Amino acid sequence: MTSRKSVLVLGGSSDIGRTAARAFAKAGYDVALAGRDIAALEPDAADLRARYNVDVGVFKFDVLDTASFEGFAGGLPALPDVVISIVGLLGVQERAQSDLAHATTIMRSNYEGPSLILGLFAEKFLGRGNGTLVGVSSVAGDRGRASNYVYGSAKAGFSAFLSGLRARASRSGVHVVTVKPGFVRTKMTESMKLIGPLTVEAGVVGDAILQAVERKTDVVYVSGKWRLVMLIIKALPEAVFKKLRF
Amino acid sequence: MTLVSGWGRFPVVDSDVLRPRSFEAVGEAVAAMSGCVARGNGRAYGDAGIGAVRTIAMTGFDRVRSFDPATGRIRLEAGMLLSDLIDTFGPRGFLPFVVPGTRFVSIGGAIAADVHGKNHHCEGGFGRYVESILLRTGQGETIEASRDQNADAFFATVGGMGLTGVILEATIRLRPVETGWIRERVISAADLDAAMRALEASASATYSVAWIDCAAGGSNLGRSLIYLGEHAGADELAVSAERFPVGQDSSLAMPIDFPSMTLNRYSIRAFNELYYRMGARRAGGSHVVSLFPYFFPLDSIGGWNRIYGKRGFLQHQCVIPEKGARDVLGEILARVAKRGDASFLAVLKKLGQGDGVLSFPLPGYTLALDFPLRADILNFLDEIDRLVVAAGGRLYLAKDARQSRATFEAGYPALQRFNAIRKSLDPAGNIRSKLSQRLLDEV
Repeated sequence: MTSRKSVLVLGGSSDIGRTAARAFAKAGYDVALAGRDIAALEPDAADLRARYNVDVGVFKFDVLDTASFEGFAGGLPALPDVVISIVGLLGVQERAQSDLAHATTIMRSNYEGPSLILGLFAEKFLGRGNGTLVGVSSVAGDRGRASNYVYGSAKAGFSAFLSGLRARASRSGVHVVTVKPGFVRTKMTESMKLIGPLTVEAGVVGDAILQAVERKTDVVYVSGKWRLVMLIIKALPEAVFKKLRF
Repeated sequence: MTLVSGWGRFPVVDSDVLRPRSFEAVGEAVAAMSGCVARGNGRAYGDAGIGAVRTIAMTGFDRVRSFDPATGRIRLEAGMLLSDLIDTFGPRGFLPFVVPGTRFVSIGGAIAADVHGKNHHCEGGFGRYVESILLRTGQGETIEASRDQNADAFFATVGGMGLTGVILEATIRLRPVETGWIRERVISAADLDAAMRALEASASATYSVAWIDCAAGGSNLGRSLIYLGEHAGADELAVSAERFPVGQDSSLAMPIDFPSMTLNRYSIRAFNELYYRMGARRAGGSHVVSLFPYFFPLDSIGGWNRIYGKRGFLQHQCVIPEKGARDVLGEILARVAKRGDASFLAVLKKLGQGDGVLSFPLPGYTLALDFPLRADILNFLDEIDRLVVAAGGRLYLAKDARQSRATFEAGYPALQRFNAIRKSLDPAGNIRSKLSQRLLDEV
């Protein structure tokens, strides 16, 4: 047994997951990487061990298989100090408009699964009296836009879940962080046209998550510019907003 | 297609940039199309890191596979940056044996260019500390190459500018260090003779390099500041100092392209005058400095290449064999001083023998100069090249964007051997860069 702190990263093989795991391992945390494909997580686990000399384990986790969540959480060698959910699916908006199965997958991957698993760990953390939950949501959830409202609405639901959970836990030793990264250069956004000044590298998000956990921040816009952009977007009257096609 | 350029921002050309997520995908990318080359962090100045048709971006491959603290031996993916390696393993007491003037290069790029540092005269280049390379050849094989196994492929890949295939992983040896600090000594030299004498006299220093004021002419021609360095032990640090200094991110960044007027003979002369005088005041004693400003003085200015304006710039780096170097260097510096627009980045350094078939270093002196891109610069540099070739010298491919085939062929007598090895690894010629089209490929 080590006395080091530990972090569980759900969605550990995503670009943001990898950088978050690196940031925490660098700060001395032991790491549990969880994802659908354990074999794909192994090289990242080896990387963390070699770089930072910490303990790293890999665990199978499928965000759509909610029936497995209890078993997953109970199967971890120890209850971690920090749980980060980075799972999510951008999907294809146009397809989701008519393909109900695709829309369902987007909604479940971005809202149902992440909320349920963090809710499950919240109960365990509240029972123990401490712990930090981090949900990586999206600025897309701040207001539904024509170009991605299926994804955006699921993220909005997730953001609302996190905010409610945070309020409930506010008198306990449990803290909840909502991260809204904005544009990040990752494989998820590879085919998107990103606006340069509003786009950050994945590594920046990992560092921002660590900082938010250590400073007990509530809501993090990784780039401060996004807070401003979304403030404006949220303030637009609906009559104007509905004419925008972005 | 995307517009791609090297660090010098000249030339800017079309290439299809692909960012594979797995080694299998790298293999498919190489096999699918003739005319690919791997690109690391894009710090080669000219056209070396641009595929003839397709450029394979490798920086996503940045994992450490294994590390043995007992031996300092590390296995890593080729897209990892030296900056990452230094930030991660420096605090654990290990640094690369060889670092070039910027830490923002990939391991694969460092091997492909067989980069040299301020210690080349006594410790050799980056390739000397590479034990083995995992290479995806143009033929579609994945081979492990070392001094004992596929030795031809190994020595052609070290310094081979990515033309033997895609470097996927490498095993290298790291240097154990007590601290991340350097004991620096500055010597001021009034002219070229004094500078060369000082470099000669300090051949036993681990690190040595001369900054030359190339705006100074006449009796001041070649006046220099020589920076010597040794790794500082823990007992040399102030009690309050951290064993390993923090590497500053680029705190100062070039937000815009400077108008090309910014660098002119007057501003450069004024800068150099000031820089020389300030350095000369520090000359004599020794003091302990962080490795970051010592090795990477320009890394603290993000995007410093933009100071040369949109049109970009050329770096000219030659090496002249020791015998006769004095006269040729004097002639080059005199022409540059007369011209007046070479920048504050003139560097003179002694090199030893290179390790790879196509490695740049040879025993002698290397001189690196920057020039903003102007209409007459190409002719001027062609004339400098004639002096270099006549003296038995050569140009550094990692910096080059414009040398002629004749200059290249004269400078690299091992070219035929390189071509033969390249052909055996890639008979169909799948691996081709803009640089290889310009200088090596059959036309």
